[in-house]
Amino acid sequence: MQLIACPWCGEREEAEFHYGGQAHVPYPAKPADLDDEQWAQYVFFRDNPKGPFAERWMHAAGCRRWFDALRDTATHQFLSVHRMGEEPRA
Amino acid sequence: MTVDAPARFSPLADWQEAFGRLPAGFQVRELPFLTQLTLRVSADSPAAKAVESVLGIRLPSASRAELSEEVKALWLGPDEWLLVAPADTGAELVGRLRSAIGEEFATVTDVSAQRTVLSLRGGLTREILARGCALDLDPRVAPVGACYTTLLAQTGITLVVRAEAAASVWLLVRSSFAPYAAAWLVDAATEYGGGAG
Amino acid sequence: MSNAFRVDALGSVDRDKSLSFTFDGREYTGHPGDTLASALLANGVHHVATSIKYGRPRGIMTAGVEEPNALVQIEFPFPEPMLTATTVELYDGLVARGLSGQGRLSTRPDTARYDTVHAHCDVLVVGAGPAGLAAALTASRAGVRVVVVDELPSPGGSLPGTAPACEWVADVTDELSANSDVQLLRRTTAIGYYDDGLVLALEKRTDHLGAAAPAHVSRQRVWRIRARQVVFATGAYERPIAFDDNDRPGIMLAGSARTYLGRFGVLAGREVVVFTTNDSAYLAATELADAGARVRAVIDARSEVPAHWLDACAARGIEVRAGQAVSGTSGAERITGVRVGDEEIGCDLLLVSGGWNPAVALFSQARGTLRYDGVLGGFVPAGALDTVRTAGAARGVLGSAEVVSDGAEAALGALAALGKTAGEPVALPAVGDAPAGAPGAVLWQVPGSDDAQFVDLQRDQTVADVLRATGAGLTSVEHVKRYTTIGTAHDQGRTSGVLTSGIVAAALGVDIAELGTPRLRPPALPVAFAAFAGRNRGELFDPVRVTSLHRWHVEHGALFENVGQWKRPWYYPVGGETIEEAVLRECRAAREGVGMMDGSTLGKISVQGPDSGELLDRFYTNVMSSLKVGRVRYGVMCGVDGMVFDDGTVLRLAEEEFLVTTTTGNAAKVLDRMEEWLQTEWPDLRVRLTSVTEHWATIPLVGPRSRDVLALVAPTLDVSNAAFGFMTWQDTVVADVPARVARISFSGELAYEINVPAWYAHTVWEALYAAGGPFGITPYGTETMHVLRAEKAYPIIGQDTDGTITPQDLGMSWVVSGKKDEFVGRRSFDRAENRRADRKQLVGLLPVDERTLLPEGAQIIATETVPAPPVPMLGHITSSYRSDALGRTFALALLRGGTRRVGETLYVPLEGRTVAVTVTDPVLYDKEGTRRDG
Repeated sequence: MQLIACPWCGEREEAEFHYGGQAHVPYPAKPADLDDEQWAQYVFFRDNPKGPFAERWMHAAGCRRWFDALRDTATHQFLSVHRMGEEPRA
Repeated sequence: MTVDAPARFSPLADWQEAFGRLPAGFQVRELPFLTQLTLRVSADSPAAKAVESVLGIRLPSASRAELSEEVKALWLGPDEWLLVAPADTGAELVGRLRSAIGEEFATVTDVSAQRTVLSLRGGLTREILARGCALDLDPRVAPVGACYTTLLAQTGITLVVRAEAAASVWLLVRSSFAPYAAAWLVDAATEYGGGAG
Repeated sequence: MSNAFRVDALGSVDRDKSLSFTFDGREYTGHPGDTLASALLANGVHHVATSIKYGRPRGIMTAGVEEPNALVQIEFPFPEPMLTATTVELYDGLVARGLSGQGRLSTRPDTARYDTVHAHCDVLVVGAGPAGLAAALTASRAGVRVVVVDELPSPGGSLPGTAPACEWVADVTDELSANSDVQLLRRTTAIGYYDDGLVLALEKRTDHLGAAAPAHVSRQRVWRIRARQVVFATGAYERPIAFDDNDRPGIMLAGSARTYLGRFGVLAGREVVVFTTNDSAYLAATELADAGARVRAVIDARSEVPAHWLDACAARGIEVRAGQAVSGTSGAERITGVRVGDEEIGCDLLLVSGGWNPAVALFSQARGTLRYDGVLGGFVPAGALDTVRTAGAARGVLGSAEVVSDGAEAALGALAALGKTAGEPVALPAVGDAPAGAPGAVLWQVPGSDDAQFVDLQRDQTVADVLRATGAGLTSVEHVKRYTTIGTAHDQGRTSGVLTSGIVAAALGVDIAELGTPRLRPPALPVAFAAFAGRNRGELFDPVRVTSLHRWHVEHGALFENVGQWKRPWYYPVGGETIEEAVLRECRAAREGVGMMDGSTLGKISVQGPDSGELLDRFYTNVMSSLKVGRVRYGVMCGVDGMVFDDGTVLRLAEEEFLVTTTTGNAAKVLDRMEEWLQTEWPDLRVRLTSVTEHWATIPLVGPRSRDVLALVAPTLDVSNAAFGFMTWQDTVVADVPARVARISFSGELAYEINVPAWYAHTVWEALYAAGGPFGITPYGTETMHVLRAEKAYPIIGQDTDGTITPQDLGMSWVVSGKKDEFVGRRSFDRAENRRADRKQLVGLLPVDERTLLPEGAQIIATETVPAPPVPMLGHITSSYRSDALGRTFALALLRGGTRRVGETLYVPLEGRTVAVTVTDPVLYDKEGTRRDG
């Protein structure tokens, strides 16, 4: 049971968290302006790197806040977490 | 002429007897019908200050509860607090808060029956909670006033440390999960000689 | 010959008390403090099991968890298979028998309790031998929080049973016990290292009490220990040597014979031969000789033997043969002799030592790297990790004094990492200096018959099997492990792992240091599923969520349906009704009289703030911001892919306040999704969400007489259609309780949804039930609710939809606003795939035979006979019921191009037949909506 550091509550067991997929995939400002291919890219396609990956997580059983995390998908190690809207720490 | 108030039942009304059989070191009591309001407001905003002046407290910071006044404030999230007040004061308190907030932006919602409050007291409390709660309740880590929303066994809870070394805590649990939580607490206390087992 | 092999004055068993036990049908006695193995050996019993593949007699090879042979089945007090006799503590009345591999699970329920405890510490020490105790005491004196776990009933590990050593152990244990920040867990074995300092350990709390175990105390406990620093002082396991017929009863690892003598006062044999590659076995030879055994010879594979040991042996008349090896054994049920060169030496006990393998499994699980130590002939930790270190024999350090110092050293490292200052140094036990020794030789195998040389005794795998694997081209020990199954038995290859690496390396001509050794995965020892389950059994298996009306439902005979974790009344049979009869009756009441149900599980979200309408417009496919205060609107939410996600009603409570209801199953998901978009996409919107699902109890009052009933319990409410129209809500008083009543119908009938704070639900429900009595008010459950709504083609999200269905597919284009430029999912409606005319669409199906009830999930085809595969599937049944109102069965289905197929006859293939069905419009009852106003 990994520990994940919620930017608000501190370290909690991973069972308290929900995974939210790739971070920084904004909802298109004007979906109607996108062609089918561009829209499909937004709806269906995400990156899947081996190594550091910017992800969104939510502290579901705690403060219920979404936050961004940089996690190494090969080791599962969280490299950093930061509150929504804050810049990632170096 | 007075009219009898309509009968009401708290989620754990049927559990008093089972709680009564618990060992001396682990006393569980439901505190029924407490007023509970969800306050959602940006910390340090004018609305938050208005709320603080009505309550006479500072809204507590992350993982803390403010227990000094009649209305307790429990931190649930960075813009969310649970206000716990005496029974039957909800409508009046909502009114006072909403009028203090005025045109500023904050929401106050009566959620009194959404959760029930359990008072857990006694020297065994911390040991028994450790059977289902992964958080460290050592007094050096979780002093009086610590307030955690987390998991106990398979249900969500909010835990408030009210006395040193968790010898007295409040455990708030969603009403529909309350019988599960009660059954779990009673079961977890079995080896100390009480309980249903 | 009871306890004929017990030696006076040695061991710590309680000889004043006798325990009776039965093994393989024979009765024996032992003493408190014995293991089953030590008690059997005390009675001269060596042959305790049979090998799984070849049926060879097998004995007791070790004195601990590494035992590969002595698997037993406990029969009494509670059947339990595959325990090692070496770890079963003896208790009175124990009945056991030896196994050939597998055992037998109990067929009756296990009534014992099991539990889990979370613990937290700064320093976790695994193992309370000399290194572990020194580490624990060092940490304890620094004032940090310490947990020590040890598998034995009492601390001390492999320290000799001499008075100074015992005194040291007692002193250390006393000091640790006196510190409230130290937790010393006995009979507790660490079974795995997981992420971030989490170590799981299994405590056997009452196993050793047998039938006397108190029922209220958990039998076993899984400790979940979260440690900032971990010290593994897990010791080492002695390594066997492969030689011909090395598996007979009476062949034992040398150190284990010392344990039987020192801890239990048991002499494992009287005529002893020792075969060793290193100094450690001389301790066994001399100690057994001193205890009265006749040690015939020490066969030392090394050409040079330290003078100290030559002298010690000479003094006891023990012949030492340097540079020789045991090449074979004889005997049937028990060893009777060994072959050394051309000579046969008679014996009843052969002690073997091929060196020592540090116990590195847990360190390895912590991703610690290992390196091969050529002197030890084993793998040792390459170095400490930031938070995990090893100490003592687990690190390859041998000799009691060195091991104690090493334990203290490891703790100092942990303290430094924690930024803590060490306290007073730990005194070393007076164990005497180890004699000047010589390095051990590394010997994996004595040349002979490969197929008679056993490597993994539990799996019955020999050197020949290993060579078959390498001969098949396998070059990795991990592959050899899987090919041969070596190391996959209950003992996890504790005695066979490194030996296999040695044999593979020799066979392939590679360096064992490069080859490595198989990784040992958690759990490090077999753990009962019951222990992992802990309290999550019976009523605590999965939380049961109940509404505030649950007791009423139980008292009125409801049967319940699981909806997620909720228990919802399914139907209320009366007088022995079947479900079919009950549901027809309940449906009739709702359509012709009045019914009531518990709808409290519906999700409810309070949406407040100036931008509430805007937020809802972005989520729902229709417009919510235009809803007037006091009114109610039905809405559908889609995912970005345009597929229906949830539906429900929205009440506008005030200009800046809405109440959103969701389906029971999606309550949390809808709130989570709204929060997600608010927090991540639209943080500028001034809206806050609060769940009020459980604050409100919800009671739908349904049927043409519902107005009459409500009028009786809400005397201040004008219930007329003019004053209280469809899709409006009012705050009022019901049964003296402040209530919010909405005119919402999920059945097509005149209906009210009465919401009251959950504490009052029972009072209001009883008042409605009493007031409705004269009208025949009928409580109904989810089954009736489903029939009523299906007759009206109101979809159930998750039953009639499956994440691939758009609102248009449901025939609900009317709920998709043409006015809004944008809402979640809108863009997807324009995707070509979602505009195809042959998409699956919701239709009604009427079986041509009005009595045939189609099974939900059944497929739909075009022909009466099933064609040859692949069968073209046109769709499937999503809902299927018997209708009282229609006087027949009916179904809803998702059918390819369904709306254009209305009127067609299609077929549903079932077991051995097909059923003809007519496709219809999905709304089968009151299409004109004449009933909703009563």
